[in-house]
Amino acid sequence: MKNKYSLFSLVKNAFSYHENWEKAWKDPEPKKEYDAIIVGGGGHGLATAYYLAKKHDMKNIAVVEKGWIGGGNTGRNTTIIRSNYLWDASAGLYDHALKIWEGLSQELNYNVMFSQRGVMNLAHNLQDVRDLKRRTHANRLNGIDAVYLNTQQVKKFCPIINTSPDIRYPVLGGTLQRRAGTARHDAVAWGYARGADEMGVDIIQNCEVKGIKRNADSVEGIETTKGFIKTKKIGVVAAGHSSVIANMVDLKLPLESKPLQALVSEPVKPIIDTVVMSNAVHAYVSQSDKGELVIGAGTDDYVSYSQKGSHDIVEGTLNAILELYPIFSRMKMLRQWGGIVDICPDASPIISKTSIKGLYFNCGWGTGGFKATPGSGDLFAHTIANDEPHKLNAAFNINRFVSGDLVDEHGAAAVAH
Amino acid sequence: MFIINCPYCGEREQSEFKAGGEAHIVRPKQPTELSDDQWAEYLFMRKNIKGIQFERWVHTHGCRKWFNVIRDTSNDMIKAVYKMGEKPPTK
Repeated sequence: MKNKYSLFSLVKNAFSYHENWEKAWKDPEPKKEYDAIIVGGGGHGLATAYYLAKKHDMKNIAVVEKGWIGGGNTGRNTTIIRSNYLWDASAGLYDHALKIWEGLSQELNYNVMFSQRGVMNLAHNLQDVRDLKRRTHANRLNGIDAVYLNTQQVKKFCPIINTSPDIRYPVLGGTLQRRAGTARHDAVAWGYARGADEMGVDIIQNCEVKGIKRNADSVEGIETTKGFIKTKKIGVVAAGHSSVIANMVDLKLPLESKPLQALVSEPVKPIIDTVVMSNAVHAYVSQSDKGELVIGAGTDDYVSYSQKGSHDIVEGTLNAILELYPIFSRMKMLRQWGGIVDICPDASPIISKTSIKGLYFNCGWGTGGFKATPGSGDLFAHTIANDEPHKLNAAFNINRFVSGDLVDEHGAAAVAH
Repeated sequence: MFIINCPYCGEREQSEFKAGGEAHIVRPKQPTELSDDQWAEYLFMRKNIKGIQFERWVHTHGCRKWFNVIRDTSNDMIKAVYKMGEKPPTK
C-alpha cells in the first residue's frame, strides 16, 4: 500500500528535505507471462491498465513502453478537455471521459490539476455560426452543457480578443462549454502509473515491441527488446505508431500518421483565463499555470514519423493568433515541438477488437486524444476484459469502415480537435 | 519542412506542394463487383509505413502536375522522384 499524498505527508517529508518520498512506480523487468499486455505507456495505455486492474480485477498485467511513460503525445499535447461533439456516439464517449475527469484527482490521489476554465469556440462566418448553433443544440439534447455567445458576449468572456468587424476573419460569435478546460498532462500519466503500479501492474519502460507472435487465429505473445513475453491478450495503444504494430501482423488500419505541432511562449502574468479555439483560422490558445501561452497549430498534410513539423504551419497559426489577439504581438515563443498523431478518415477513434483473437486496438485519436484519456482507458479496459465493447465504444469499431457507419466528426467537431 | 524536386519545375519548398497519400493504389476496374470488405480495403486501409514509402504529390502552387515520390517517413529524406505512369526506380 502506497503512502497517501496529503498535506500531512507533505509536511512530514519536509522534515527530511523531501528526499525520502517513495517511488511513484517501480521499474520492474518483465515476467515470462501476463494475462494481458498493454503496448504503449502513454495516458491512454496507463489508464487502460489502471481500469483493467481496478474494475476488472486483472492484476497480472503489464504496460510496455518503448521510451519513458508519458514521453510521447501525452506530454506533447495542448491539454484541452471538452466534450462538445456533434454526434451522439462522440458525445457519449467524450462526456463519459469528462465525467471521470471531474473526480480524477480524488480517485487517483494525484493532483491532475483539472481546471474547468471553459472552452470557447469561435465562429468567423455565417456557416460557422449555423454549425456552432446546431452543435450547441445537439450538445444540449445529449445533456452536455453548451451556450451560444454573440460577439459582445465573446468579448465579455475573453476581453483580449479582437472583435473589430474589419479584421480578415471577424468574430461573429462562439460557443462556450463551461465544464471544459485543461489538465496537467504529465500528471495524468504519472497519476495513472502510480495507481496501476499500486495494484500490481508492471510498468516496463525502455521496452520496444519488435514483433507479435501469433498462431492461425489468436495472439501468443510479444517479441520485445527485453525478450519474448507470453500473453493471450494484447491491447495496442501506440498512437502515431499504431500502424507500425498493425503491420507486424499484416493488419491494415485506416490510419495516416502526421506531425502535429504546438508551441509555448515565454511565461507572463495571467492574461487569458479560458481556452479559446478557432476552427476557421486554426488557432487555439490557453495559458498554463506557469504563465506560458500554450498554442496549438495544425497537422502537416503528409505522412511522417519525424516528430517535427513544417515551419509554414506554425507561421500560419501565429498569423491567426496575432490577428485575434494583437496584445500578443511582442510575445516571444520559447519552445516548439511536434508529435505524431494517427488520423482516421472520419476523425473519430477506433476502440475495437480485431480479426485476430486477443488483439485489441485503441487508436485513431488523431489530434484530440488527450481529453478522452480516462474514458478511453475505461472503455478499452472493458473491451479487453470482456472481449466485447462497452455500449459507449460500440460505434467506434474497426468494422465501421466496411459497413459505412462512420462517425464523421471532421467539420462537425468544434475545431480540428 | 523539406525540399521536393518536382520533375517538371525543379527543386521547390515543400509548402508549394500538397501530399496525395500512398501511391500505386489501383482503382478497381469494376467497383460494383467488390465486396464491402474489398471496397473498404481500397478506400480506407493504408500501410502508413514508417520508413520508405511510395506516395503521390501535386505541385499545387507551381505546375499543378501530379507525380510520385519515394520518401523515408521516419526522417523525411526523399530518395527518388518519378512521373505519373512511370515505374518506380529499382535502386
